Amino acid sequence: MDASIHIDKISKSYGNVQALKNINLDIDSGELFGLIGPDGAGKTTLFRLLATLLLPDEGSAKLCEIDSVSEYKKIRTFLGYMPGRFSLYQDLSVIENLNFFATVFNTRIEDNMDMIRDIWLQIEPFKDRLAGKLSGGMKQKLALCCALIHQPKILLLDEPTTGVDSVSRAEFWQMLKGLKKRGITIVVATPYMDEANLCDRVALIQDGEILQVNTPNEIVEQFGKELYSIRSNDNYQTLLDLREFNSTHSVFLFGQSLHYTDIHNEAPIDELKTYLESKGRAEIKIEKIKPSIEDCFMELSTKSIEHE
Amino acid sequence: MNRFIGFLKKEFYHIFRDKRSMLILFGMPIVQILLFGYVISTDLKDVKMAVLDHSKDEYSAEIINKITSSGYFNLTDNLKSLEEADAIFRKGDVKLILVFEPDFGKNLIKNTTANIQILTDATDPNMANLEVNYLQGILQNYNVEINRGKKVPFAIQPKTRMYFNSNLESVFMFIPGIMATILMLVSAMMTSISIAREKEMGTMEILLVSPLNPLQIILGKVTPYLALSFINALVIVGMGYFIFGVPILGSFTLLMAETILFIFLALSLGIFISTISKNQEVAMMLSMFALMLPTIILSGFIFPIRNMPLPLQIFSHIIPPKWFIIILKNIMLKGVGIEYVWKETLILIVMTIGFIGLSLKKFKTRLE
Repeated sequence: MDASIHIDKISKSYGNVQALKNINLDIDSGELFGLIGPDGAGKTTLFRLLATLLLPDEGSAKLCEIDSVSEYKKIRTFLGYMPGRFSLYQDLSVIENLNFFATVFNTRIEDNMDMIRDIWLQIEPFKDRLAGKLSGGMKQKLALCCALIHQPKILLLDEPTTGVDSVSRAEFWQMLKGLKKRGITIVVATPYMDEANLCDRVALIQDGEILQVNTPNEIVEQFGKELYSIRSNDNYQTLLDLREFNSTHSVFLFGQSLHYTDIHNEAPIDELKTYLESKGRAEIKIEKIKPSIEDCFMELSTKSIEHE
Repeated sequence: MNRFIGFLKKEFYHIFRDKRSMLILFGMPIVQILLFGYVISTDLKDVKMAVLDHSKDEYSAEIINKITSSGYFNLTDNLKSLEEADAIFRKGDVKLILVFEPDFGKNLIKNTTANIQILTDATDPNMANLEVNYLQGILQNYNVEINRGKKVPFAIQPKTRMYFNSNLESVFMFIPGIMATILMLVSAMMTSISIAREKEMGTMEILLVSPLNPLQIILGKVTPYLALSFINALVIVGMGYFIFGVPILGSFTLLMAETILFIFLALSLGIFISTISKNQEVAMMLSMFALMLPTIILSGFIFPIRNMPLPLQIFSHIIPPKWFIIILKNIMLKGVGIEYVWKETLILIVMTIGFIGLSLKKFKTRLE
């Protein structure tokens, strides 16, 4: 069965702010697709357009070959949607929430147990607790359960792991893997670059534009330059120093180290070291590393800015 | 159908788990009735009165006796001179001083006229007026009594009878007003807040993405409040009848039918408000200013409409509770049937249809 998504030249503005600029995107049936981008990139707007909650200014979107504007009612029967903000009834218990969403879709929990069992088992011990009193991870699991209760063909998850601890995040992705096996098309938006590797394909999105759509591996392979990690006794000063360095292509602060690319493919490591020492940095460590999705994202986003 | 019941269940959970809603739903009507019935009363009862009796004869004593036994006045102080009057008014308890002239009784018999002076504390002018009127009534009665059997030439004695509320009980006035206020509050304000809450909490987003259509969402939201409002109406009428003796002279069925009509109107107003407000605060403020204030002030509940400036009188026509209060008074106190209130009923029906139409049109199936 076809549960694909086709987005054709969609644009959307809020007043003077253009949230989405002429977006084209094809998501295959049964794919676990990631929409990766920082806050304000337009992820939520794109989700709401797909969820038939917003009308595009231009262009069109088709879910399961059904137009999202003219036949939105049909789409609403097979769509599972989990908004970015926790949107269940906080004053209802876990089981009451689930029951309510089951009746809304004219179904029963028991009939869909098969679909949600793995997730349900984890929240069942808290089934009589009010949803508002659950932990962040539990809330997201419950929301996922509610979004799955009617066996949707397409699942839209808007930043499901934001504000969730890393253990719960790993569990959550494990569940998505399980759902993918059932043939559901899953689209996940996330600001966490490390989650991109868990998707089949990802789209990197920034300022309402899609920078690239590819598998995580290919995105990394396309990086095209050697990447170096540089540490010293004062990372921030080093960053400022490297920006002055004459053969620097790009340098970003990444947690405990700096990620550096040279205008040449290979960087002159000795020269770099001498330069930094002359600037008064000590304990300098330079090593080659593999680029991550985040490095690619930074690379692509600076390119697109230079373009403009 | 299952969907609808599921939705209703959810709504009742919301209502019963929220202490604030419960208080507004069930505490408010009872407190309001008791407040208006007992405390905010415009009836005269036990007004503290002082007497300055320069005469101290049997006639003055008898008059004082008549006045205090009426139940409207309470004699608390006997003054010795007029100089004390100012001081005693300033203290604030005594609202009225009765002054008998010297030789009151003698003058009455010899000259056939004797003078009594009534001094009132007019910081509350309406009450002062009322007190003077009541007192004059009592004196008039006494006048008639002592002249019994004698021919009093050319005396015109007006005999008044207060129709529909012969004791001028203000609670008769308030019960219809409270009905309108409470039903407005429960139906319009609570529904508008409850729909606005779904928007604020983001749950509306999920409801919209579900296969529920706008009518199902609205019906699910409205039905619990329809039921609760109706219970409230019964409680108010019941308390009025059993505690304050407010009669229901007309048809009870008609009364309830009109009440349900008004509840529908209030609910449609509530939905309309919720469609134009983004969050609970806005819905609350809109209900307060657009519904509650006009209901209390401009509907004729507390202030008579004919005493208002002309622009406000015209404005009062578009205030639904005004018509409802007229209907209620007619049915409860005058005991008339539909043939006397069909015009008002028609106005309410037209308003209801108008607001339902407007809100269905304004209710969005999307977020914008």
